[in-house]
Amino acid sequence: MMELWELFSTFFIIGFVSFGGGYAMIPVIESEVSQHGWMTTQEFTDIIAISGMSPGPVTANSAILVGYSTAGLAGAISSALGILLPAIIFVTVIATFFSKLNHYPVVQSMFYGLRPIVTSLIIFAAISLALSNHMIAVNFSWHTISLLLVFGLSLFALMKLRWHPAYVIILSGLVGVVLYS
Amino acid sequence: MSMKGQWKTLFQLFWTFFKIAPVTFGGGFAMIPLIENEVVEKRKWMKSEEVTDVFALSQSVPGAVAINSATFIGHRIAGMKGAMAAMIGVSLPTFLIVLLLGILYFFIQDNPKIESAFISIRASIVAIIAYAAIKIGKTAVVDKSTFCILIAGIPVLFFLHPVMVILAGALAGIVTISIKRKLGYDVKMDKKDRKIEENDFEPFMGAGI
Repeated sequence: MMELWELFSTFFIIGFVSFGGGYAMIPVIESEVSQHGWMTTQEFTDIIAISGMSPGPVTANSAILVGYSTAGLAGAISSALGILLPAIIFVTVIATFFSKLNHYPVVQSMFYGLRPIVTSLIIFAAISLALSNHMIAVNFSWHTISLLLVFGLSLFALMKLRWHPAYVIILSGLVGVVLYS
Repeated sequence: MSMKGQWKTLFQLFWTFFKIAPVTFGGGFAMIPLIENEVVEKRKWMKSEEVTDVFALSQSVPGAVAINSATFIGHRIAGMKGAMAAMIGVSLPTFLIVLLLGILYFFIQDNPKIESAFISIRASIVAIIAYAAIKIGKTAVVDKSTFCILIAGIPVLFFLHPVMVILAGALAGIVTISIKRKLGYDVKMDKKDRKIEENDFEPFMGAGI
């Protein structure tokens, strides 16, 4: 019961600040997950991969999976409710009182600062996941080089070939089976 | 509205978004043409411009664009109950799909083949996140000040809780703009020509997902 409340309240707070949503929330969820001892960073990276392969928002998806791995189906539901509830509160308040929200100068100024900080969060997420998955190393082993190659090719497929991330993940998995087994 | 009519509307809201949800990976802007088709053309609930406004507003609220816009539309059509019906409709299919994939993963994660697949997948995830950073960075950096906020944010994140950093970012925006205004600078708030690209799959857009 305690665990379910912890999951709900953690994701409820995250739901309130998930500006830029998606990948910007990874470090936020990661820091909560490791503080509570819910899973390791590597497991968490896999959770993000599965969230990216599924339809729906990455933040909600990863919340659901963290909840499931911690406390089963009840955990998944608690986390989902936690992350969804702030949205319904915000939407109701804004739809009722501030339907011209975007025109307030203070809101525009806020986003002037929020957009770059959300970018920093995403860059930080990339750096910390690269570190925990041994992609940045002092001695360049074959393993590190191969991971950097996978990284480079994936980035190329996304940026230049404009592949959908789900395809990149699936194809990369097949490459992994060939390279690392 | 009669009791029966209200339930019908609520169910239609639920069902409309239930159908749209599974097709939109990452949610967000990929949904726009589908929502337009259902909400404007088929059901005639709203006008096309109203839907565009809803999407703009959804980006200013924390959370996923897909979920926020569904909730806004539900609220517009049937109040609080409508908001709930639309939100449950848009969330339920993706909840079930990600849960199924997750259960499958937890079941087979110790298989050596799966383990080696995920070694490579983890490197690709870093690439996907880097790509997300590049995309949102392009809309975030409009001048030198926004560039400075971006660069300053990265080392700070190694020491401060990310939630604090997000709040600090919002505050930095307000302070920077008011200082600039006081000094009489011309402030560029946004990229004027920023357009919503429908074909842009957008799993992680700016203020989005």
